[in-house]
Amino acid sequence: MSNSTSPVSVAKPHPKLQSHFFSMDQQLEASTLGMWVFLVTEVMFFGGLFMAYIVYRHMYPHAWVEASAELNWKLGGLNTGVLICSSITMALAVRAAMIGNRTQQLINIALTSILGATFLVVKFFEYKAKFEHHLVPGPHFDPSLEQGMQIFFSLYFVMTGIHALHMVIGLGIMAYIFIQAWKGTYNAEYFAPVEVSGLYWHFVDIVWIFLFPLLYLLGAHGA
Amino acid sequence: MKEADVQQEPSYLGAPYGLASWLLTKDHKRIAILYLISITIFFAIGGSFAAMIRAELVTPQGDFLTADLYNKVFTLHGVVMIFFFLIPSIPATLGNFFMPIMIGAKDLAFPRINLLSWYIYVVGATLTLAAVIMGGVDTGWTFYTPYSSISSTTNVTTAALGVFITGFSSILTGFNFIVTVHRMRAPGMTWFRMPLFVWANYATSLVMILGTPVIAITVLLIAAERALHLGVFDPRIGGDPVLFQHLFWFYSHPAVYIMILPGMGVISELVANVSRKQIFGYSFVAFSSLAIAIIGFLVWGHHMFVTGQSIYAGLVFSIITMLVAVPSAVKTFNWTATMYKGAVVWDSPLFWVLGFMGLFLIGGLTGLFLGAMGLDIHLHDTYFVVAHFHYIMVGGGVMAFLGGLHFYWPKMTGRMYSEPLAKVASMLVFFGFNLTFFPQFIVGYMGMPRRYHSYPAEFQVFNVLSTAGATVLGAGYLMILLYLVYSIVKGPKAPMNPWGATGLEWKIQSPPITHNFHETPVVTEEAYDYLHAPAPTREVTHHE
Ligand SMILES: [Cu+2]
Repeated sequence: MSNSTSPVSVAKPHPKLQSHFFSMDQQLEASTLGMWVFLVTEVMFFGGLFMAYIVYRHMYPHAWVEASAELNWKLGGLNTGVLICSSITMALAVRAAMIGNRTQQLINIALTSILGATFLVVKFFEYKAKFEHHLVPGPHFDPSLEQGMQIFFSLYFVMTGIHALHMVIGLGIMAYIFIQAWKGTYNAEYFAPVEVSGLYWHFVDIVWIFLFPLLYLLGAHGA
Repeated sequence: MKEADVQQEPSYLGAPYGLASWLLTKDHKRIAILYLISITIFFAIGGSFAAMIRAELVTPQGDFLTADLYNKVFTLHGVVMIFFFLIPSIPATLGNFFMPIMIGAKDLAFPRINLLSWYIYVVGATLTLAAVIMGGVDTGWTFYTPYSSISSTTNVTTAALGVFITGFSSILTGFNFIVTVHRMRAPGMTWFRMPLFVWANYATSLVMILGTPVIAITVLLIAAERALHLGVFDPRIGGDPVLFQHLFWFYSHPAVYIMILPGMGVISELVANVSRKQIFGYSFVAFSSLAIAIIGFLVWGHHMFVTGQSIYAGLVFSIITMLVAVPSAVKTFNWTATMYKGAVVWDSPLFWVLGFMGLFLIGGLTGLFLGAMGLDIHLHDTYFVVAHFHYIMVGGGVMAFLGGLHFYWPKMTGRMYSEPLAKVASMLVFFGFNLTFFPQFIVGYMGMPRRYHSYPAEFQVFNVLSTAGATVLGAGYLMILLYLVYSIVKGPKAPMNPWGATGLEWKIQSPPITHNFHETPVVTEEAYDYLHAPAPTREVTHHE
């Protein structure tokens, strides 16, 4: 147990200490562990999709390469860079919260949000192109394409769609901690929300780091 | 309601009053009660579907329900009972209520998320009920593709989304429990001083957080395939329906342990209490929970012996299935050894313990029949399978749930129910259950397939027995509901420790105060220190 401070010895509890915890340390450790456990569930959630990906890639190796060539690796690569930058600004935001630097927090949370939004805009144009090229599964899917390619695109839309949904939720979280940071809520004693939001943000980035090569970089791209 | 008590603080039930204070509560004990009420409603709904099934099967002809309606009824019986009753049954009620108290915490680590999990459950349940009202679902609770994703014209999408959403309530419960056990233990509450119920809930939580996300994404893929044409299992575009079965059983086999592990935890508490002895081999029982949780993830292929899965894969799954029986057997032997030379008391908890052990033993052993690859070819999709999993999930799971509910009822409500009635009810349930499901082993072995509304006339006698048993079983459940509800109104007040049990939960008032403890407890003794346990004080309360 980490709660070495007995409840009696604390003169006045921190206003952000919830009544069922002994100390701020215990509260922070619980939040952090909670986010890690949550991320484990996320890994399993995406894990089901990766499993399907592995099975079908094994089943249709050629169609997989063909379908991958239809994706725009330049836009995907751009988005990868955008997300890596956003992870850096997110890490800086957590650092700023830990030392209680309000201006740095606000700047970095804003930058993270802008980069996240950029990712979604690029993704939107990619999706739009797929609609125009009849690469969206269903009745409008180009019937001349090889068996298996439609499954690739089903998985592509489900995987990147769920990832994009996580980005949207992440932007909501950024808005929340931005407002809290504006009010000066976070400091050296209380920064757990920024820290766990950071963990979440990094996780969503890492998912993309896996999705990008698996979806975009199969085989040699033509032009 | 506790004027007689010297305590200044009102119990969690009374402070504060009002519906809003319940619907917005963050108290784990109140959330447990909310869950208890919800799952009771779903148990009744699932039970009425079961009654329709048993009514249809009295005669060999399909005369009471049409084939289509019968398909919907058994599907909904399975969906409701599994996702809305059995999965949350013990963890979300008894676990939610007692796990924090047992480790000396004031609440779970995330009280708001705990309340959120109940609301998610309610939303998922409402969606599923909407699917029922809109005309039902007929895929079986397993949602097998391609029938579920392409062919079925019933409300699969709505029901699948209901199951998807409810999954998150289960994930959040597991997540909350894991963090609580790691971070919220009172001073002196080491891992090996934790009651085995806490260990069992911890192991269950591991299964919940590792397995549930996989079923969530799997049913989401079905919904996406139906609603958005994002075909992943669709054979017309080259998809593999068997992949669905792999993903489905990757969760749904471990889900059996979500239903039975917490029950094993309850039985450990009850066995120690009725034997008035330390649990024999405490650490073996604790680790067997973890072993079951882990090995349970490696056996899913035993549901797929006849799907054309490779025979070598089948062999491996068959062997690991035999292995997972070992930790279950460890528990059963240790409980028996605990009772051996124990000062066994003839209280109603003993009835539930013995009932559980008998039924779980039969269920577990017949599981070995089904895990044996060759035999399973004969028994696959017969009533033998139906009988087997009911022995585990109802015989084991529900028996333990009821045992735990009776054992902890005085603590939860502050009232005592009638002991003689509880003994009668437990025997009704035990005999009714056996009469319902034992004939199904025989008729299944003779070859009666599951999921048909009509059957050859030579199977009728077994089905009549089964329906007669189901009637007795239903009467037993109804009786329990009646005397428990009656006890809230008219039952004598419960003392602090009616069973003379050990553990922090029995050292606080009945019912507990909102923050459970007046002062944070400091734990200095092992679990189940029955050498120093107080004597039962139930009798004192009768002249209240
Ligand atoms: Cu199984």
